[in-house]
Amino acid sequence: MPGPEHYVALSALLFTIGAVGVLVRRNAIVLFMCIELMLNAANLALVTFARLHGDLNGQVMAFFVMVVAAAEVVVGLAIIMLIFRTRRSASVDDSNLLKY
Amino acid sequence: MSELSEASGLLGYVWLLVAIPAASAAVLLLAGRRADRWGHLLGCASVGAAFLLGLGMFGQLADLDEHRRAVEQQLWTFLAVGDLRVDFGLLFDPLAAVFVLLITGVGFLIHVYAVGYLAHAPHDQTHESAGTARRRFFGYFNLFVAAMLVLVLGNNYLLLYVGWEGVGLASYLLIAFWFSRPAAATAGKKAFLMNRVGDAGFILAIFLLFAQVGTVQFSGVFAGVAGMSSTVLLVLGLLLLLGATGKSGQFPLQAWLPDAMEGPTPVSALIHAATMVTAGVYLIARSHPIFSANLTLQTVVVSVGAATLLIGAIIGCAKDDIKRVLAWSTVSQIGYMFLAVGLGGVAYALGLIHLLAHGFFKAGLFLGAGSVMRGMDDQVDIRRFGGLWRFLPITWATFGLAWLAIIGIPPLSGFFSKDPIIAAAFDRPGWTGWLFGGAALLGAGLTAFYMTRLFVLTFHGPKRWTEGQRPHESPPVMTIPLILLAVGTVAAGWLMSTSVVDWLTPVFGEAPEPHGLLSHGQVTALTMAVVVIGGVGGWAMFRNGTALAPAPAGPVVTAARANLYGDAVNAALFEKPGRWLTRALVYVDNKGIDGIVNGLAAAVGGGSARIRRLQTGFVRSYAMSMLLGALLIVGAFVAVQAGWFA
Amino acid sequence: MNDFPYLSVLTAAPLVGAVVVALLPRHRPELAKRVALGWSLAVLVLAGAAWAAFEAGGDRMQLRESYPWIPRWGVSFTFAADGIALVMLALIALLVPLVILASWHDADSPGAKRSVPAFFALILVLETTMIGVFAAADVFLFYVFFEVMLVPMYFLIGSYGGARRQYAAVKFFLYALAGGLFMLAAVVGLWVAGGQTLDWQLLTQADLSTGVERWLFLGFFLAFAIKAPFFPFHTWLPDAGGAAPAGVAALLVGLLDKVATFGILRYSLPLFPDAARWFAPAALTLAVIGIIYAALLAVGQNDLKRLVAYTSIAHFGFIGVGIFAFTSQAGTGAVLYMVNHGLATGLLFLVVGMLVARRGSALITDFGGAGKLVPVLAGVLLFAGLASLSLPGLAPFVSEFLVLVGTFTVNKPVAVISTIGIILAAGYVLWMIQRTTQGTLNPTLSSVEPMRRDLSLRESFVVAPMIVLIIVLGLYPKPLTDVINPAVEATLTHVDATDPAPEVPEAQP
Repeated sequence: MPGPEHYVALSALLFTIGAVGVLVRRNAIVLFMCIELMLNAANLALVTFARLHGDLNGQVMAFFVMVVAAAEVVVGLAIIMLIFRTRRSASVDDSNLLKY
Repeated sequence: MSELSEASGLLGYVWLLVAIPAASAAVLLLAGRRADRWGHLLGCASVGAAFLLGLGMFGQLADLDEHRRAVEQQLWTFLAVGDLRVDFGLLFDPLAAVFVLLITGVGFLIHVYAVGYLAHAPHDQTHESAGTARRRFFGYFNLFVAAMLVLVLGNNYLLLYVGWEGVGLASYLLIAFWFSRPAAATAGKKAFLMNRVGDAGFILAIFLLFAQVGTVQFSGVFAGVAGMSSTVLLVLGLLLLLGATGKSGQFPLQAWLPDAMEGPTPVSALIHAATMVTAGVYLIARSHPIFSANLTLQTVVVSVGAATLLIGAIIGCAKDDIKRVLAWSTVSQIGYMFLAVGLGGVAYALGLIHLLAHGFFKAGLFLGAGSVMRGMDDQVDIRRFGGLWRFLPITWATFGLAWLAIIGIPPLSGFFSKDPIIAAAFDRPGWTGWLFGGAALLGAGLTAFYMTRLFVLTFHGPKRWTEGQRPHESPPVMTIPLILLAVGTVAAGWLMSTSVVDWLTPVFGEAPEPHGLLSHGQVTALTMAVVVIGGVGGWAMFRNGTALAPAPAGPVVTAARANLYGDAVNAALFEKPGRWLTRALVYVDNKGIDGIVNGLAAAVGGGSARIRRLQTGFVRSYAMSMLLGALLIVGAFVAVQAGWFA
Repeated sequence: MNDFPYLSVLTAAPLVGAVVVALLPRHRPELAKRVALGWSLAVLVLAGAAWAAFEAGGDRMQLRESYPWIPRWGVSFTFAADGIALVMLALIALLVPLVILASWHDADSPGAKRSVPAFFALILVLETTMIGVFAAADVFLFYVFFEVMLVPMYFLIGSYGGARRQYAAVKFFLYALAGGLFMLAAVVGLWVAGGQTLDWQLLTQADLSTGVERWLFLGFFLAFAIKAPFFPFHTWLPDAGGAAPAGVAALLVGLLDKVATFGILRYSLPLFPDAARWFAPAALTLAVIGIIYAALLAVGQNDLKRLVAYTSIAHFGFIGVGIFAFTSQAGTGAVLYMVNHGLATGLLFLVVGMLVARRGSALITDFGGAGKLVPVLAGVLLFAGLASLSLPGLAPFVSEFLVLVGTFTVNKPVAVISTIGIILAAGYVLWMIQRTTQGTLNPTLSSVEPMRRDLSLRESFVVAPMIVLIIVLGLYPKPLTDVINPAVEATLTHVDATDPAPEVPEAQP
């Protein structure tokens, strides 16, 4: 029977994978997937702790995260699509116009 | 000090003396071109009315008992803050009465003369019509008379100061009357500035008076003199003296007076000869309880007088501009007055007698000079005159009388006023008597020399005119004042030497017995000898005219031509360092103080420009910094939880 | 009618006027000018009524009103005026209509890029904030007005000024904001240390420890020293004064900067009396340096408006000397100086503005001999200059004399050095006059067509009231000193200062 610590450990692992992915990959789609990974890692942790404390706050929070993630995907994918259409590239390093 | 009397009868209207010319000045300056046609008449009438009023008051004052011969009139409270209380109050006592008559009387004659002198604005370099120029002139002239009357009628030092600066302003306006002439504008500014230096001393004296006795009213101040320490008295007197030297063109502030001749000639006659420049003498005479209370102070005043009378006389010998010779002669004659009032006691009255006499004959000389200039197309160089007596007979006669008066030939007024001063100087105990008496004597000889030179070169000897000149006598409106002044010059001497001393006794006290080195008779004989030597010498040297260009001369003459280097010293000590300091400070302010401020702004701007570079535009590096930030926060959180900082 | 809320109405009225003027259509500039002028004249009438309601010998703080604002912080809309505030309010109400009249064409521009109604609306907004800052009797309210005042001034300089107006406006704003920051810190500190209230009257009774008091004093003083400005925080003023339109510059130097000296008298001295005495020598030193330094700099300027700005810095030095000498003469003189300087320098700025508008340049070297072309204007310039150099018989002399004589009784060196300033004043004024209006006519000058027009009727309506006031107050300053003196004496009681007795007392007549 896996205990809460296992879920937390899994959550941390997923988050780390997501974070490293965001830092090292350039493809916008991959970046996006890594962000999703991090969000869901957070969700997993929330649900785990909700269960641990025996109240529903964490689970409610997880729903919020899901809604926000869905909205983000909608907007974000649309932007990535547009960038790809104009530049023929999905690399985030090519989209660096918003700088000093 | 004598007791005050009730201000009754005419004496209740002392304020009118000031108000009439002031109102007239306001009308003339504000009315605009409408007043061009009658402005000069109003200007003359107001001063004439003030003179008649002053004469009536003089009569009433004389009727009062000798020990109660002064009236005071409080008009309104000027200042009342804390313990300081200054009233706008007028004091009409024998001293003020004498000055009122001089200012309005001689002033009136000069006003009348100016009507003719300015009838055709001579050097029209301003765009205004002759009428406008003349109206403006009379506006300033009346303003001057009003301010001068405030000066002599004020019953406290602050009001005296108000008038003091007021005449300074009028003098500035009139010197710079032809303001589009750079020399006139500069001379006006110079006069005002040098006067301000003196005025700063005067106002410091007023501060000191208030700090010492808590009042600036004459009566209160003089009551407190006895309680002041000698150091305070000395400082106070020196500050007042600084003010007096500024206004009277005495050493070391004498340099502005000759430049003031840039003004129209009536201005030189009224302001820079007869009245305003004697304000310093008035100040010292009015403050006689202060000056009499300290011997060192008296010696300083006498020294200033003696030094100035010699400086003026020496430079006067070397000048070729008719008005500048007269200007330096004014400096020198006022030196005599300072010498007299510095001697103290009865000599105060002697100084004032010389002041009155000088008012008449110097006004006559200046107006005569103006008449000559009108006849000679504004020529002022005495080397270009000669033989004019035939063409300007009235001017010649009146100028001649004034000339004899200033060099002190009996029975003209100068003799009765100057001779006793020289005698009084010899009366000073010890070697100082010889020193100052000798200086006064030498000055008398020099005066005789340079005035004779001026007279001979102008009116006698060969003609040295420029081509095409037709000298002509001035119209009656100018010659009648000349004649009246000449009558005053002749008559006043004897009259004043006897009665003015008695008249002023309530102000200055009784005359002590002289205990001199030489008897009065000996001094008179000596003086006459020196004067005759100087006069005859001058006549003999210049009887046949003079070279038209300045001849090379020895060091003394060269120095005298350069005003004994007074201007050079001023330039080297004040003007050049001042300019340098100003330029340096402008640089410091722009590059130093503002530089720090702008430097700070530039540092902030430059710093942000560098930090801006961190915004690379790479999403991954932003993510990295976010991660690091999050780790930092989590780390800190953990650390606190674990109690590492406890 | 004595419980009429004069001060709050007086504060709000120009703001209402500003809204009205701002809403007027842009293409009808004449209407905006007229409404603004009429409105400011109505404010002047109201200020006159407030003056009449004020009893010269009555309580110190009169016309008091109070409305709750943020009760939790002990902050309220409290208005009250003492004699010092009253004379300043009167001066504001008087100068604003004159400045509006003088600035009649300042906002006109051929391309109509700049809105004329906005210009006059901004002036009215400025009037509101200036009245508010002098009428406030709550430290927080004062602070709010003190800061808000910058906004209309920033736009007036930045949008309607001359060359380098952006630089000048930003510099002005940053300087004042930096000072305001120190003051905000001090206000917060005062709230904490003074018993969680910001009511002026309660705070004067607060008991502060020495260290706290000194820090708080320093906070307020820095703000005021920058605003006044005192040496060495002065460099923003010549830039702002030089770049602002002449009328705005007159308001800036004549009124707005007086907030600082007023603030020292109203807040710094009564709230922190011990610290004020402790800092007085330092403040006097700064003031005296300012007098001499700024006067010398004024001599060296070649820009008329910058020159006038520098003369003002020298004059503020005199005000500073008068405040920190702690005698009734010097204090009353300092307040009187604030009024007289507003009149004299205001006039000088306006007249200079008239010359500059005609010539199209403020450089002195572009003038020369102008007295030939515009004699009356040159005469008014001379008059304003003479007032500025404190000629006796004109109003500024009275204040300068009082400041110096009061200072002399307690601190001779300061008074003596300051007296040198009056010689320098004659220097910079007369040299300026000589270079602009006297001497030979600058040939380029007569080819400038507007230089041939002398004082117009509108302009004479601007200068005449000021000239009359300067002369009348120079001969009979009693109406003002009677109002000011009780307030100054009360301030001095806070500082625990008394006038020294004469050294030869038996001489009193």
